[in-house]
Amino acid sequence: VSPGNVESLSFEQAFQELEEAIQQLEAGNLTLEESIALFERGTQLAAHCSKLLDQAELRVRQLVPAPEGGDELAEFRGEAGEEPF
Amino acid sequence: MLPRAHCAGSRCDMQILRVSQINRYIRDLLDGDQALQNLWLEGEVSNFTQAPSGHVYFTLKDEASQIRCVMWRSRANQQVRLPRHGEAVVAHGYIAVYEAQGSYQFYVDLIQPAGLGALHLAFEALKARLEAEGLFAAERKRPLPRFPKTIGLVTSPQAAALRDILHILSQRYPLAQVILAPAMVQGEEAPAQIVAALAALNAQPEVEVIILARGGGSLEELWAFNDERVARAVAASRVPLVCGVGHETDFTIADFVADVRAPTPTAAAALVVPDRRELQVVIEQRRQRLLGLVEARLADGHRNLSYTRQALHRYSPQAQVFAYRQQVDDLLSRAARRVEHRLQLARERLISRSAQLASLSPLATLERGYAIVRHGRNGQIVRLVRQVRPGDAVDVRVSDGTFGATVGRQKELGL
Repeated sequence: VSPGNVESLSFEQAFQELEEAIQQLEAGNLTLEESIALFERGTQLAAHCSKLLDQAELRVRQLVPAPEGGDELAEFRGEAGEEPF
Repeated sequence: MLPRAHCAGSRCDMQILRVSQINRYIRDLLDGDQALQNLWLEGEVSNFTQAPSGHVYFTLKDEASQIRCVMWRSRANQQVRLPRHGEAVVAHGYIAVYEAQGSYQFYVDLIQPAGLGALHLAFEALKARLEAEGLFAAERKRPLPRFPKTIGLVTSPQAAALRDILHILSQRYPLAQVILAPAMVQGEEAPAQIVAALAALNAQPEVEVIILARGGGSLEELWAFNDERVARAVAASRVPLVCGVGHETDFTIADFVADVRAPTPTAAAALVVPDRRELQVVIEQRRQRLLGLVEARLADGHRNLSYTRQALHRYSPQAQVFAYRQQVDDLLSRAARRVEHRLQLARERLISRSAQLASLSPLATLERGYAIVRHGRNGQIVRLVRQVRPGDAVDVRVSDGTFGATVGRQKELGL
């Protein structure tokens, strides 16, 4: 069982770790304590993934020319007064 | 450069050239003329032959003139069909000198039936060229990331395509971030702007995949996506690129070069991200799987525990005492059985000996008519004649009693 707070994981990391937890449990050479710890961790990971999907909002930024040359990132607001999506 | 004639004073030294020198000079002249390097020619095909090598030779002519044409085997193989004698065609290629014969020829890379539009011909020519370069090869196509964190997007900020794409992304996978690199997607400026936008997104390290998109339009309106500069920028992209231009039926050069071709901008967005509703189902399945696995593990644990408990019981001191006690009981009852057996045997032997004894008893002999004679003086049993004398008293025992008798005449039998 990997350490670290589930809440701080990205969706991809959490999902990956969830898949690994299942693979380890499927391999089946774990003690009962290890199995239960993996199960608890996996349950948290699944809940975290699910929550991330529910709560996320698409963030859109736009490349704009920077005064000193090159590009910089600015929040994209869409057309004036119009909800872009 | 053509070697110059030298003039010194009144006398000119005319330089004399070899044939190959002048042919090479003319070759260089023609090669240096850009107009001859990228050329469309219209005419009628005659003297069409395909050599055993696969190379194709023919003549293109109009009412007044003709030109020799060559199409190399590799190009001829890419043609959907080769023209026939007398057919009116438009051919693309370049003019160069064939030095061996001192003639110039048209080296054709593409032939189309006459009557197709110029844009179509240019499209086919570029397509054939880039395909020959390997830019469309399947092994160049890269897989898309499964869960992209940052998506680059090149399209026009004013277009409906942008709204459609952002809508799909926010519906399906709002975990992603989008970086929009605005570009005009039609008109003269469009190719350069698209190329610049692709470069700018490639310079953003967090961008993992790029969508290049434009809504539907006429062939002319979609033309920027058939521009060679755009095609090369797509091919050069650091990250995988999905092209979604026009409608289902529109194919652009950028589509062929892209890692993935989507039929529309909306489809491009859907290809780039997973759908969160499907993901929620997958996550729920994983949760169930976890639960099932840990329950199976617990059931295993229970089973092991009860085995262990049974084993523990079997080997406990109390169980041992019981076991020994039972063993003692067993031994005792086996011993008792054995003693009983012996007694029985003895009893049986006794009975059979008694019977034997009965049959050997002298009384039985007396009953058969024998008698026992004892000396009257000392009571000894008389076995021999000489133990008695005539006149001696003897006692005679018969089966039911005794009587006295006196010994009379004697005679030894001498046995």
